Amino acid sequence: MKYLTTIGLEVHVQLKTRSKMFCGCPTGPGAPPNTQVCPVCLGYPGTLPVMNGEAIRLTVMTGLMLGCAISPYSKFDRKNYFYPDMPKNYQISQFDKPLCLGGSVEIDAGGGAVKAVRLTRIHLEEDVGKCIHQARRSGVDFNRAGVPLMEIVTEPDMETPDEAFAFLLALKQMLLYLGVSDCNLEEGNLRCDVNCSVRPEGQAELGTKVEIKNMNTFKGVHVALQYELDRQLEAVRTGERIVQETRRWEPEAGATAPMRSKEQAHDYRYFPEPDLMPVVLPPAQVEAWRAALPELPRQKRERFAAQYGIPEYDARVLAAQKAVADYFDEAARGASNPKLISNWVMTEMLRRLAEREMDIRDCKVTPAALRELAALAEIQAINSNTAKEVFAILFEQGGDPAAVVRERGWGQNSDGDAIGALADRVIAENAKSADDYRRGKEAALKFLIGQVMRLSQGKANPQMATEKLVQRLGRPGGTG
Amino acid sequence: MGSLNTLTVRQAVDHLEQGACSSEELVRDLLSARTALDGTIQGYLQMDGERALAEARHADADRKKGRRGRLLGVPLAVKDILNVTGQACRCGSRILDGYTAPYDATAIARLRAEGAIFVGRTNMDEFGMGSSTENSAFGPTRNPWNSACVPGGSSGGSAAVVAADMALAALGSDTGGSVRQPAAFCGCTGLKPSYGRVSRYGLVAYASSLDQIGPLTKDVDDAALLLGVMAGPDPRDSSSVEALVEDYAAACGSDLKGMKLGLPRDYFVKGLEPAVEAAIRAAIERCRELGAEVVEVSLPHTSVAIPTYYIVATAEASANLARFDGVRYGFRAEGAEDVLEVYAKTRAQGFGPEVKRRIILGTYVLSGGYHDAYYVRAQKVRTLIRRDFEDAFKTCDAILAPVAPTAAYRLGEKMADPLQMYLGDIFTVPASLAGICGLSVPCGFTPAGLPVGLQVLGPAFGESRVLRVGSAYQKSTDWHRRRPALAAEGGR
Ligand SMILES: [Zn+2]
Repeated sequence: MKYLTTIGLEVHVQLKTRSKMFCGCPTGPGAPPNTQVCPVCLGYPGTLPVMNGEAIRLTVMTGLMLGCAISPYSKFDRKNYFYPDMPKNYQISQFDKPLCLGGSVEIDAGGGAVKAVRLTRIHLEEDVGKCIHQARRSGVDFNRAGVPLMEIVTEPDMETPDEAFAFLLALKQMLLYLGVSDCNLEEGNLRCDVNCSVRPEGQAELGTKVEIKNMNTFKGVHVALQYELDRQLEAVRTGERIVQETRRWEPEAGATAPMRSKEQAHDYRYFPEPDLMPVVLPPAQVEAWRAALPELPRQKRERFAAQYGIPEYDARVLAAQKAVADYFDEAARGASNPKLISNWVMTEMLRRLAEREMDIRDCKVTPAALRELAALAEIQAINSNTAKEVFAILFEQGGDPAAVVRERGWGQNSDGDAIGALADRVIAENAKSADDYRRGKEAALKFLIGQVMRLSQGKANPQMATEKLVQRLGRPGGTG
Repeated sequence: MGSLNTLTVRQAVDHLEQGACSSEELVRDLLSARTALDGTIQGYLQMDGERALAEARHADADRKKGRRGRLLGVPLAVKDILNVTGQACRCGSRILDGYTAPYDATAIARLRAEGAIFVGRTNMDEFGMGSSTENSAFGPTRNPWNSACVPGGSSGGSAAVVAADMALAALGSDTGGSVRQPAAFCGCTGLKPSYGRVSRYGLVAYASSLDQIGPLTKDVDDAALLLGVMAGPDPRDSSSVEALVEDYAAACGSDLKGMKLGLPRDYFVKGLEPAVEAAIRAAIERCRELGAEVVEVSLPHTSVAIPTYYIVATAEASANLARFDGVRYGFRAEGAEDVLEVYAKTRAQGFGPEVKRRIILGTYVLSGGYHDAYYVRAQKVRTLIRRDFEDAFKTCDAILAPVAPTAAYRLGEKMADPLQMYLGDIFTVPASLAGICGLSVPCGFTPAGLPVGLQVLGPAFGESRVLRVGSAYQKSTDWHRRRPALAAEGGR
């Protein structure tokens, strides 16, 4: 029998706000434990939360970008459970009235196909602290407690680990586009819970759902899903019953292990947070935010093709990542031939960045430098091989391309008299090849051009060398 | 001078401004009154005399330097549930042993900005859960009128120290009657402002949607003065409201001409002690004489207010008190092997029986399968109770009612039967659920010599109205000036 696999994700995104969700404490990473805390985020007796409006705005902007319906009325709830990293032993979250409903994310489903993964909802909640276990005791760092988290919940629309991976990449790309999160995985800016199940082909309802909690790398999600779906497929093939449960991914073992079953599941006893007023968003506010949405990948793609006259494919590649798109946009603006800029970015630039696993924002070749380099090559001040070498130098050291060419004496020679003299010398020294060409042997000309280039140490303008040789040999050879 | 402790806040302010006494002298008299009386009453949990005197001298020095302030140098007592920087704040509980407040509650900060000093912390039912102050982990407070009786609660310590002239005035908090009822039992004035009128920031939460800070004072004018300083929106409390803060002192007039006062027939029912009813009826007559028109009103959902309150309040409390886990501050039990044991032992040893009862009740009403039957339904009933009052205030300006069905009862009398204790809140809880304001003023005594309180209820943010009624009533009566014999002895 054939089996279908189904995957849904809950992604927690740390929002890029200056202060925490309910107090004025900073949110930056790397501070010593418990130095970004105050009575409010430590849950001291008598303190009250006050909503950070920026967290609401960023969540709604995300919802608008992903095509969600924005709730005109939304509220916060207390989610009750005990854990040492929770200052109040309840988490302020949103239960039945989230800020955003619906929406979708387009993913690359392989082979150029595009698939829309539907979203269930996006809500806002506060992060918890972090337990630090030492040999004989444990401590808690509350720096992260109260940092705003946006939870994006998908429908079970993905079918393979590849699709889940593609979803996470696409989502991250969109979030970076909007600038709502740094999406820094090392710092835990993006974490997710994975739901998956298997069912026989032809069966309508989904199989028993298993949740894998707290994944913090995209690759981890991929391998954990591969393992877990294989485990479930093996189980159903051998007639074993799959239990609804929460599991954890253990990277060392390369396996998932049970955490708790449905019977042990928490009863969170949600109830409306009495310390916060409901969030009422007037349509005018939502529309103002919608109007402030930045240009998104699809719009950028279309604009690049129209404005710079580059092919659809190039536009898609360049628009995929916001940083690359911004770089290209800046370099291409004012360039005489944007297509050349696009070629440079898509080939040399992306290849070298990939080799070094570098971000384009850290690249030493400035957009202005790239534009100048492309121009030098276009007017044939340098030949194309030299241009690549200049790029390599700029990539390592930065600087001005014209200066690099000058300092190294790499300027292309387009002096007609000098190249004419070289042509004379080559014809005199290679009479046989000259005759061959005159008799119609096309390949002979290429050899002669090569000799001119050799004598000029590669600096001669190849087109001019060709012209001078043909002039002197009397009649054009071949059909071109 | 020797009897500055008997002054009202306004009298003390006048004395201080005219140089008739210093803040230091005021505090000294309070300290002697406490020494004389509090061994019996046990109204204070803590009073650092040296520190209080130092702050008083500081205020006196400030005055010499030209500083002004509506309460400059006025000593106030504070219920143990409000955070005052540098002071313990134990909420009448063992679980906050060792906790020192690192910040001022907003109400405290506003009073401090006007020059008030905070001289002592008063006893209370643990976390505000109780109506007799017998649920304090530090032993009960006794009623100054009869030390065999309870002072009411949960702000029983605050009411007792004001009634016994061990304080000029005190702050309390009212969740289901915790300011109004002890004020009635001890014969002082107590005001529960409308929900949102005074910032809750720094008030340790029992039931967040009900809690309000309120003053316990010797007369209505003092309540108006303290409310005027504390009231108004606070950016640290999202539930505080922008509604206009009126000139409450100016609202305190001397007649009731043109006012319509409502009598809820649902409050004059079986179970109302005859002596209490007689005192209330006489007070109503007096209001009529002062020019008010008295009309009957109906509050039909009164009978379901108690169960509604015990669902809403305990549900919120079960979450609010979850933070007391021994991890970050306060008491932590010894000998726990893992974190679950830290929680279990700390909470088992740190909380008293009534707090545990309410946490369990609140956890139960929110739990899966019961949530809709209890919590959701209680919220609906709460809406009905709110509407009762909205409808009633369409036909009257304020409502007159008893504060409690009985006067103070004897210690231990109701401890064995929590339900009986809960029913004592029948006349105060509806106003709390509706979020409206209420004032308790002394209006007589039972034959046993125990005070009776008249409750004046007003619409949300209608504090001016209840203060006007209370003030006019007090200007034509002297119940509020009577002092227990115990206090008189102590004044020597
Ligand atoms: Zn903080």
